[in-house]
Amino acid sequence: MELRGKRVIAIGEREGVQGPSLKLLAESAGAEVVFSVTQCFV
Amino acid sequence: MPTPALLHASYALAHAPDLIRYGSKPTRELARDPSLLDRMAASLRSWSDALAYAPNQTFIGNLSPETLATRPRPWTQHPIEGAQPVGPLGRMVNQIALYGLMKLSDDFDLLVLSEVVARAARTALEGQINVGERLNKIVGVPDAQLGHIAETETGLPLFHDGHLAGFMRAAHAQDSSLGADILLENLACKATAVLALSDAARRGPMAADQIDYVINTGEEAVGDRYQRGAGNLAKAVGEVVGCANATGSDTKAFCAAPVHGLIVAASMVQAGVFNAVAVIGGGSLAKLGMKFLGHLKSGVPVMEDVLGAMAFVVGPGTDHDPVIRLDAVGRHPIRAGSSPQAMYQALVVDPLARAGLKLTDIDRYAVELHNPEITLPAGSGDVPTTNYRTLAALAVMRKEISRDDIDAFVAQRGMPGFAPTQGHIPAGVPYLGHARAAMQRGELSRVMVVAKGSLFLGRMTQLADGVSFILERPTTKDESFRPPSLVIRQYGEEGNGA
Repeated sequence: MELRGKRVIAIGEREGVQGPSLKLLAESAGAEVVFSVTQCFV
Repeated sequence: MPTPALLHASYALAHAPDLIRYGSKPTRELARDPSLLDRMAASLRSWSDALAYAPNQTFIGNLSPETLATRPRPWTQHPIEGAQPVGPLGRMVNQIALYGLMKLSDDFDLLVLSEVVARAARTALEGQINVGERLNKIVGVPDAQLGHIAETETGLPLFHDGHLAGFMRAAHAQDSSLGADILLENLACKATAVLALSDAARRGPMAADQIDYVINTGEEAVGDRYQRGAGNLAKAVGEVVGCANATGSDTKAFCAAPVHGLIVAASMVQAGVFNAVAVIGGGSLAKLGMKFLGHLKSGVPVMEDVLGAMAFVVGPGTDHDPVIRLDAVGRHPIRAGSSPQAMYQALVVDPLARAGLKLTDIDRYAVELHNPEITLPAGSGDVPTTNYRTLAALAVMRKEISRDDIDAFVAQRGMPGFAPTQGHIPAGVPYLGHARAAMQRGELSRVMVVAKGSLFLGRMTQLADGVSFILERPTTKDESFRPPSLVIRQYGEEGNGA
């Protein structure tokens, strides 16, 4: 998926990949992260 | 300098099917679609079903995690025959007893019970709990009076088997922090913590009057409009149980709070500031029925029907008490990343390296021990297994094991989740009682307890958190030692200084 120039909402999960990590990944791929958050499903 | 040790662990589960409706998720969903109440009620478990549920029996010590791993699944369809409510590590109580515990823990006449329920509750608790004269607080009102109160006052009706059983009053007309919903949550947490701490004082080596500090690690938020969450439920619980010489405070760190609390307790003991510190945590009413929609959709019982509680006693150990190693405490520092690998590097690899140990030097890891049978139907995965596989992957990366050994690592050093999804309750600590017993039997030498906390949920930071410690079997000189048999101590009975 081409993320360059896209806007991203990053929803992470505590037991998986958390929001800040997703944000870093998306930004490194050229996306603009407009919101990131981590959820806890347990 | 005293060496801090885990002197005792007590656990409690309170069956609360008629309180599920006041859990956060059910409250919101039932407001949206009231017809869900009937569907939910039809999927509730009876007391005998909850009692015979293998993970619950594991929680109170009647079953070991190793035995649970060999039990046929689903556990809901393979009950334990002849299941008992009292086990070597704790007990289960039914909803009537829970209402009684809440009533005896209520110092402001906020909870009104029906006469019938109060009578049954008192009978259920008589001789079972060390609360002194407080048993006399469990009195009720006639049904007609209860009905009038429920119709005319501000608060929440409580039910038993679908019938009106009580009423929780609001304590202030405008203060939402003292609303009936918040007070019910706080009182349920207090009452279940009372049960666990009472058992610790009855069965552990320290009588209530020997405990000189209580650390509460529950997820409640006690306080009024000017100090929401200000807390000190620790002292409130200690008061009920007769810890007359103790003060206390609350340690707040989301699900990781109990492990933070145990580290603080061990530090206090080692520093000589306090001699016997109780670390407690009551149940989370908000999390009852948290995944009930997933359970209804999957056609399984609504399994988040119990409040969990625990009480640990930390003090100077004898030759037979597992030691809490403060030289190898793990922490997730602010600068650390949030990926699973970064978390476990900080929480497991770094403290082990400091202690000159490898991942394979730990006999058993106690991670997030959520019961997978509760989480899988709701799409939340098998949390313990995911954590164990991450640990195994780290061991592979560090060349301690080969890739082919991952499954064996998980089977040998892990365990199935057996704790209810009560937030702080599953966070590593449900295994401490089992670990202590196994170390006393000489079956385990070293256990690492790892807990994580979801700080980001409060919207004050994007950070997560985590802490860990190693519990280690002391080198005992007395080879004839056998674990002590159960001794029940009564309320007010002084300790023997053991």
